Amino acid sequence: MRPSFIKELQTIVGKQYTLTDRESLAVYGYDSTAELESLPGVVLLPDSGEQIAQIMSLCHDEGVCVTPRGSGTNLSGGSLSAGGVVIQTSRLNRIIEVDEENLTATVEPGVITSALHREVEERGLFYPPDPGSMNISTMGGNVAENSGGLRGLKYGVTADYVMGLQTILADGELLRTGGKVVKDVAGYSLNPLLVSSEGTLGLFTSITVKLIPKPQAKITMLAHFPVMADAALTVSAIIAAKVIPATLEFLDKVTIKCVEDYAHVGLPLDVDAALLIETDGHPVVVTEEAAAVETICRQHRCSFFQTAKNDEEALKLATARRTALSALARLRPTTILEDATVPRSCIAAMLKVIQNTARKYNVVIGTFGHAGDGNLHPTCLTDERDQDEIKRAHAAFEEIFDAAISMGGTITGEHGVGLAKKRYLPKLAGESGIRVMRGIKHAFDPKGILNPGKIF
Amino acid sequence: MDYVKLINCMRCGMCLPVCPTYKETFLETASPRGRVVLIRKIEEGNLEQSEQLLEYLSLCLDCQACASACPSGVNAGELVADFTCERKTAQGLGFTEDLILRKLVPHPDRLESSMTPVRVYQNSGLQKLVRTLGVLKMFPKPLGRMEGLLPKLPAKPLRQEVNEVTPAVGRERGTVGFFLGCVMSLIFSDASRATIRLLSSLGYRVITPRNQVCCGAPNMLGGDLAGLKDAARANIDIFAGYEVDFIVTDCGGCGAELKKYGHHLQGSDAAEAFSTKVRDISQILALHAEDLMLLLKPLPIKVTYHDPCHIAHCQGIRQEPRDLLKLIPGVEYKELECADSCCGSAGTYNIGKPEMSDRILQRKLDTVRASGAELLVTGNPGCLLQLKKGLAEQLPEVKIMHLTEILAQSMDS
Repeated sequence: MRPSFIKELQTIVGKQYTLTDRESLAVYGYDSTAELESLPGVVLLPDSGEQIAQIMSLCHDEGVCVTPRGSGTNLSGGSLSAGGVVIQTSRLNRIIEVDEENLTATVEPGVITSALHREVEERGLFYPPDPGSMNISTMGGNVAENSGGLRGLKYGVTADYVMGLQTILADGELLRTGGKVVKDVAGYSLNPLLVSSEGTLGLFTSITVKLIPKPQAKITMLAHFPVMADAALTVSAIIAAKVIPATLEFLDKVTIKCVEDYAHVGLPLDVDAALLIETDGHPVVVTEEAAAVETICRQHRCSFFQTAKNDEEALKLATARRTALSALARLRPTTILEDATVPRSCIAAMLKVIQNTARKYNVVIGTFGHAGDGNLHPTCLTDERDQDEIKRAHAAFEEIFDAAISMGGTITGEHGVGLAKKRYLPKLAGESGIRVMRGIKHAFDPKGILNPGKIF
Repeated sequence: MDYVKLINCMRCGMCLPVCPTYKETFLETASPRGRVVLIRKIEEGNLEQSEQLLEYLSLCLDCQACASACPSGVNAGELVADFTCERKTAQGLGFTEDLILRKLVPHPDRLESSMTPVRVYQNSGLQKLVRTLGVLKMFPKPLGRMEGLLPKLPAKPLRQEVNEVTPAVGRERGTVGFFLGCVMSLIFSDASRATIRLLSSLGYRVITPRNQVCCGAPNMLGGDLAGLKDAARANIDIFAGYEVDFIVTDCGGCGAELKKYGHHLQGSDAAEAFSTKVRDISQILALHAEDLMLLLKPLPIKVTYHDPCHIAHCQGIRQEPRDLLKLIPGVEYKELECADSCCGSAGTYNIGKPEMSDRILQRKLDTVRASGAELLVTGNPGCLLQLKKGLAEQLPEVKIMHLTEILAQSMDS
């Protein structure tokens, strides 16, 4: 990069927040995606939307590529840049407003997801999306990736809560979409386009989300299953019984062992699978639903059923589940995680496919995930130094993706396409799908400077 | 370096929200996963070791909050400490390090004599004069920091006064060896006196060998592995001369180091046996909570507890100190927000990295203020020094004590 360009960036964000030394570039060469590395040219940490607009305008003039980054917990390589500008939004971390009359919250993109949870829950309000990484991830990243989470089954995903956005476009211009109104049919709905755009259409500087009243009560339960298929059938049976728990999480044997090794919350080590189930809402309904869940679990041969005695115990179980991915890395150095998603009626079939494929390619796959919404996280435990095994792992995942697509599912439920799943997108979206997406990309970013190389 | 330990980090970022320096800077280079990447790159030969790189790594407090948070079992703090120690060992000790780590620290007598000028300085009124005149501005900054951190020294180090054997009060239930940390003996002798008293009151015969030497933690910091091993061997030999059920310390830093002797002297059964006997004082007291409760009298005070990194993260002890405080009748216990987040003391970090240390301390003081506590309790002399200074400047109404001091006070009240 030209020294004078770097100098101009320095005048915008300050020297201290313009990182160009080898060491900084090396550590920003990663996010949480296994196997991917790509060094940026410069990393910037602006602290206002105006600074982001100025940076974009400058980069647009120079034809330099820009990749936004939150906390770098991305699982599809979406926050990596090949020699371009990385904009880390962590310093834009103000919760601008919680509007209790309109039930909205407006935040800057660098606000940590769980910080927003704390802020609104103190006022009896609730922002449901809770990705596994919610203590680390930023709201900007959540919107860009349309993050899901453990409560997706009942409450939906980030897209279901985004009401208004302020976005800096590729040329530095500000785009306002949506707002605090519940109904808005003025022109195309641009919010849903920007949500899950993975940094390829613009950089958010302000995000307004919908809030709902905080559920008055919740009951957290854990059921152990000696046979994995019974756990899968239980998931379908609960939904078929018209009970929609907030959380319906599946953990297989491998995952249970790793999580217990780390968290010591008393998970069973002698079972094939466990379900973590949480119902929430009005106390009477919650009690009824919990009773129904227990009956269904027992009908499906669960060997043990436990109800969290208090909030602390419930939190411990949920927190333990959140560590699943990282805990799996205890066994082998490299964890390749996918999030193939199927219609929830196909969960049992999908689990079988994962098991068979792992056996066929002789790889260890630990599976956990949001069974209730069909979003599983088969995670291959491998070692990047063993190229043969890595090859087999990828071959196994290719088959798993094919199976997901053939069941009417998708290659990624919540982690995004980024670099990691780009290869598989044409299979799912088809030629017309890719063509339309390219058209949209061109309309927003004719020069192609925003997070290039991602998605397609 | 153990390469597998480096590649076990999957960069999930679980360490980011607990890392004090990342919280202050939002910089990946100041984050545990970033530090692991840096070391890994060097080991792989993909990054040259530079001043800049060592500077980045030196910002790590080695508080090991990242290790507690890491589901994959990576200890970034320890990796940085090991890496830094290896590099310093390779360079060899400089004149100052040699003087301090080899000629001073391993010899309690010399260490104690070296403090005499400080005592004179404090007692002669010279300190008051210096502070009033602001003379310290004329000296190098680290000296000024040190001067500001030092509380009033006891008349004599405890090591010189303590009886080698303190008999059990009443029926003897066992014998413990007391490892008296240098800073505890030199500065917080009242707390260690309280420790011995609590142990003997609970029926332990307490042996405090006078010839014990520094635990070796400063050697590790200074890159003097050989010195650390010498210290370990000396202490193992000394305590092997007594029949003790436990080796007890009331210094979190010493405890963490003593528990690692087995690791430092791999293959030595004596070292392993020594380390498995080491206990933090809170662990022993918690064993006898019921008996202790009978000795405690009411003390109506609002108390909060700061987890020293060396106790919570390095030794995994969190519950015992809280349970002990709650034993005191009349105590209103207030949990501190982010109680196990570093106070910024971190060995000599508060002298070497004053600016970052102050920012981290400020967060801690803010949480203490918010807790509404009248008394802050902790279990490590480094934290005591740092927090004492911070409280004196900003929250003079809040007192600070070692866990054993408040327990002993409750026995008397």
